[in-house]
Amino acid sequence: MMDTIIFVLAGAFATATPLLLAAIGEAVVEKTGVMNLSVEGMMAFAAAVAFAVTYQTGNIVLGFGLAVGASVALSLVFSVLVLAFSANQIVSGLAVGILGLGLSSLVGRNFENLTMMAPANLSPPVLSELPLVGLILFQQNAITYLAFAVAFLTWWFLARTRHGRITKVVGEDPAIAHNLGFAVIRIRLFAIIFGATMSGLGGAYASTILTPGWSDGLIAGRGWIAVALVVFGTWRPLRIAFGAYLFGALLLGDLAVQATGFSVPPQIMTSLPYVMTIVVLAAVSRNALLIRLNAPVSLGQNFRPSK
Amino acid sequence: MIGGYALVQRSEVSLKSIMLVPLVTFVLALLGSMVLFGFLGAPPLEVLYRLLIDPLASAYNISEVVIKAAPLILIAQGLAIGFRAKVWNIGAEGQLIIGAVAASVIPITFPESQNILMLPTMMLAGMISGAAWAGIAAALKTRFNASEIIVTLMLNQIAVQILYFLINGPLKDPMGFSYPQSVSFPPVAMYPLLSGDGVLRANASIFVVVLLSIVALIYVTRTFSGYTLLVGGLAPSAASYAGFSAKKAVWITLLIGGAAAGLAGVGEISGPIGRLQPSLSPGYGFAAIIVAYLGGLHPVGILLAGTFMAIVYVGADGAIIDVGLPPAAPVIFQGMVLVFYLASFALVQYRIVRIQPEARA
Repeated sequence: MMDTIIFVLAGAFATATPLLLAAIGEAVVEKTGVMNLSVEGMMAFAAAVAFAVTYQTGNIVLGFGLAVGASVALSLVFSVLVLAFSANQIVSGLAVGILGLGLSSLVGRNFENLTMMAPANLSPPVLSELPLVGLILFQQNAITYLAFAVAFLTWWFLARTRHGRITKVVGEDPAIAHNLGFAVIRIRLFAIIFGATMSGLGGAYASTILTPGWSDGLIAGRGWIAVALVVFGTWRPLRIAFGAYLFGALLLGDLAVQATGFSVPPQIMTSLPYVMTIVVLAAVSRNALLIRLNAPVSLGQNFRPSK
Repeated sequence: MIGGYALVQRSEVSLKSIMLVPLVTFVLALLGSMVLFGFLGAPPLEVLYRLLIDPLASAYNISEVVIKAAPLILIAQGLAIGFRAKVWNIGAEGQLIIGAVAASVIPITFPESQNILMLPTMMLAGMISGAAWAGIAAALKTRFNASEIIVTLMLNQIAVQILYFLINGPLKDPMGFSYPQSVSFPPVAMYPLLSGDGVLRANASIFVVVLLSIVALIYVTRTFSGYTLLVGGLAPSAASYAGFSAKKAVWITLLIGGAAAGLAGVGEISGPIGRLQPSLSPGYGFAAIIVAYLGGLHPVGILLAGTFMAIVYVGADGAIIDVGLPPAAPVIFQGMVLVFYLASFALVQYRIVRIQPEARA
């Protein structure tokens, strides 16, 4: 029983990592007023590229690099549609997402069902040997620490820096931001690229470290959960990190329940994160004040400076 | 404004240029596929022939096109009503599955029945359950303001799990060994085939689809309700002026979209599949989003766009086997179609103008 609890508490950090990376990226994008619904597609494309490259070359750093490149390339297509052509953000995100899923199957088609070794986790001396805490906190992969560090840095950036405040102004009222002399389109572009980088890292982590193997559909809705996490965390990085950890634990609930000997149909456990997402989304969204205080006002609206 | 260029809204958009958009989109997407798949080793002209001409080159292939066009058109007609009102139902795939699952209970319970009312009852069951599944999103949107995009997407994933659970449990054929599939449906549960020889698989569901497309056309162009939804999508404040609440629009569009997708689900199990099984649709629910847009969210355009998309589906299926087109080809093609559509649509709506340096703010 104790082992199962420790397993879930420690494992949740690992399963939370791709969700957290993608959700933090999307939160920053949405903070500038842009909704990018291609997260699932970007993660899937990146996951396939990361696995293919790492499997072929044995170089996981190269795998992550090219995966991020692939994800950013997709996001540039989205940027052209949304920022240059003022196309509808929701439909553009779906379009690029579908493209990403297709490219993911294309890249992964020769790697179906192949597996490889996951790189060793970090286990700093002393810390990792602490009872309980060591097992739960200090035997994680480097990317997991990176994800939580990114969440913290994003909080600090948005809440404490001048550039963070400018970012938020662009999302609140792009016309005012423009009149104040800020390059709205460029700031949104940077945010989209940052979002794609995070989705790329999340996708690469999923296929090379979390479950180091490839099968089509490996991302399995994680990108959509990440989009939902942004609302769950009301666009606040630290709350998003908390939400990601919660959902990470939920994704492990499957294994945990089996370990306790209860018999629950696997389909019910698999559905649970999605059901939870809906319940939480409804609970958060009904609080109009909470949404109004945190949601970027111009979310989903394109901006075309008249001059 | 990017690099000294800006988009300026055209004062007048001609109907001709709007009609040109899907055409330009097709050509660009086909060129894109030829280049991409040619690069992967499939001869480009062969790809073009296989995608466009081959699906229409034999009676069997045309019949396959009809089978694939039916669900695409039906779902897209339902979704378009929502998209015009800016209600984003992305959950047609799940609504299709729930419609099929609910309808399948009838023939699975009465596998020996000869009652000719079985198919109509199944159609009704599929529509009601598909609408109910979409109704969850409508209820959460109108009561709690929860984004229908995320809710319908999550409901897709849950629908798949419900299907897996039932097809491995109560709805499984007990004589089916370890295969997770239901018993074969009796003839009264099936749409009648269009030809009697048993070779062609196309069935009467296409008539239902065409009929409902006509209803959609009348609904959109003639009725006040359709007009209001149109106005609601263009300018939310205008819709409330007409005394039409945004909440009502959310309910109506999601219920219609869900019913159409649920009916499309019945079309699959009572058509080419003939039973309930774990895979019911090769992503029709998502492809229909593209069909809806490519058809300009207009019932007639959707008929054409759905047929075109079905042709490419059938063509790609054949080419995957024969000329080594990657299995991902249809999905990539769909993605390209939508990307090119959005880009060319923008160029119809806006003009690109060079901004003189001194005119910059």
